[in-house]
Amino acid sequence: MPQMSAIDRNTAAPERPALAALEQEVLRGALMKMHLIRKFEEAAEASYVRGLIHGTMHLSIGQEASAVGSILPLRIDDYILSTHRGHGHCIAKGADPARMLAEFFGKETGYCHGRGGSMHIADIEGGNLGANGIVAGGLPIAVGVGMSIKAQKQDRVCMVFFGDGATNEGAFHESLNMASIWKLPIVFVCENNKYAMSMDIALSMAVRNVTDRASAYAMPAVAVDGNDLPEVAAAARAAVARARSGGGPALVECKTYRIRGHSKSDRNLYRTKEEIETWREADPISRLETEVLTHQRFTRPELAAIEKAAQQRIDEALEFAKASPDPDSAELTRDVYAD
Amino acid sequence: MPTELAAPEVATRELSYAEAIREALAQAMEADERVFLFGEDVGVYGGAFGVSGDLLQRFGPERVIDTPISELGLAGAAVGAALTGMKPVLEIQFSDFVTLAMEQIVNQAAKIHFMFGGKASVPMVVRLPGGSGTGAAGQHSQSLEAWFAHVPGLKVVQPSTPHDAKGLLLAAIDDPNPVLVFEHKLLYKTKGPVPAEPYRVPIGSAAVRRAGRDITIVAASIMTLRALAAARRLAAEGIETEVVDLRSLRPIDFATIAKSVRKTHRLLIVYEGVKTMGIGAEISAMIAESEVFEFLETPIARLGGADVPIPYNPMLEKASVPQEDDIVAAARRLVLEGIA
Ligand SMILES: Cc1ncc(C[n+]2csc(CCOP(=O)(O)OP(=O)(O)O)c2C)c(N)n1
Ligand SMILES: [Mg+2]
Repeated sequence: MPQMSAIDRNTAAPERPALAALEQEVLRGALMKMHLIRKFEEAAEASYVRGLIHGTMHLSIGQEASAVGSILPLRIDDYILSTHRGHGHCIAKGADPARMLAEFFGKETGYCHGRGGSMHIADIEGGNLGANGIVAGGLPIAVGVGMSIKAQKQDRVCMVFFGDGATNEGAFHESLNMASIWKLPIVFVCENNKYAMSMDIALSMAVRNVTDRASAYAMPAVAVDGNDLPEVAAAARAAVARARSGGGPALVECKTYRIRGHSKSDRNLYRTKEEIETWREADPISRLETEVLTHQRFTRPELAAIEKAAQQRIDEALEFAKASPDPDSAELTRDVYAD
Repeated sequence: MPTELAAPEVATRELSYAEAIREALAQAMEADERVFLFGEDVGVYGGAFGVSGDLLQRFGPERVIDTPISELGLAGAAVGAALTGMKPVLEIQFSDFVTLAMEQIVNQAAKIHFMFGGKASVPMVVRLPGGSGTGAAGQHSQSLEAWFAHVPGLKVVQPSTPHDAKGLLLAAIDDPNPVLVFEHKLLYKTKGPVPAEPYRVPIGSAAVRRAGRDITIVAASIMTLRALAAARRLAAEGIETEVVDLRSLRPIDFATIAKSVRKTHRLLIVYEGVKTMGIGAEISAMIAESEVFEFLETPIARLGGADVPIPYNPMLEKASVPQEDDIVAAARRLVLEGIA
């Protein structure tokens, strides 16, 4: 980004409302989390490539604004339910990247004591009721969480994430219907990244938008540019406020894109390099940085310091993960049942 | 019913297990235009495990169909297509996701022929990659075959070699009943001789993979390979192991198992699914209920999956299902000490 002259700054357009609504410390926190997610996934990917992590993982690189923006209006005691592509949700909700990476390394210090891996991280104390290996698996659970919140007369909200592909499962439709008829405090966040693995939404959905589907359940729904953090946050804020005040569920569709392959075995046969490049230019982190610089919300050195702090935290997390102990094989069947 | 494979005369050609399945699909589609393949990412992607490969290019999008993520709907669509003159082959991307499709497979597909008084049939095939060993944790590593073997009206097969992967799939496609083919993810890259022409491995026939006089190991799927590796080690210690590869769970080839146990007087059953309430329990009970019981010199031993969801950590994951060392140890115990 070229440096702007003082004259440019003075004549810059005023901040759009979605950005102006974000207080300085909130914005700083959001930037920090987006960087943390990016660095976390880059570190996880590098460790995988070096053979330090086994299995597979689903990276959300390019989708950070959707995770961070959606969760921004949530309180610590609100719930989220996440997906197979859930590292971003987890970090955004406040999880410790060190314990997450330890989980990737299968260590006893990981969030699931090495039993779950990338696809199953849950941070119960932080209100994250878990990633999910089953597409749409979290949606019906969200209905139950909503019922529970209501039954206990709490003012909490449950936010459930799912992909575009998940909306083709019956579970999605059943869940939206129940949430709507029972006016449950649920925010449905669809991260529409155009593909379910190799399946193009244009081929898999009878309607163009996931928001179109909400109308069958009389649920308010809004689609936003999912790579635009302030827009995502504004939409989520409205939906969360509505759910919290007893107004019932709402759906937010974040139109976004995953830059990496679906998982580690993807050869990208279903999309073009050009398409990936186009979306790379819409990178949610650099987009927001450019904008906040323009409006002098942050200086370049301040932004660099945020990124550096994020990198440092991930470097430390990696050390922690590597140095942590493996689970004890003698405890193979521990935790299958609650006592 | 043949229990041993006729030694293939010209089958010097080797294919991987995945390639053998692909060849079976291609030959079935070439031979019968009613056959089609559908499932999540089976087309452009070539299948999550690369099994369908280039079939989309070869047969076009009307016969190799990429679907939405809708397992229950897909299983029901297979039922409907099969009921009305087609021969669908459905790929469930990981066998774990068949849990979403249980209703159509168990309540509909399995029962239609019987409940409609034999007037309609459901010639559908479901291919299911199962098993652990890939670090995919609890929801992508299960071995659920015994669930389906519990259901009258379904047939369940579990090929362990590329040869059988092709032959059993072709037999499954021919079969007028719903057949579930449980493939194993760790077997896809294993290679073996596969005849080029189409052939069938009869459903309901086990194969004796190795002859021996001291102990019978009945194994299924990848456990057959582990049992054979264990048998080679046991042979070096003077223990001669007979290895019976089940191949079909329903119908099960009890005659082949019984014949072997009569000869060896000892039985070890090895399978990856959870041991508790699993296929080993059924085989043990069949032996106990038969006259073969008299021939046993030791208790029957079972090795199966531990009572735990498949853990992510690689050491725990290995510990949760039988490994070659476990088989060697269990066989030794049975033969040398007479205890299970
Ligand atoms: C019930 C079920 N079916 C299939 C899969 C395999 N699978 C995992 S993720 C995925 C694609 C999901 O697409 P989408 O919901 O759009 O999420 P994205 O991966 O794009 O974030 C598929 C087919 C699964 N995990 N669970
Ligand atoms: Mg998607």
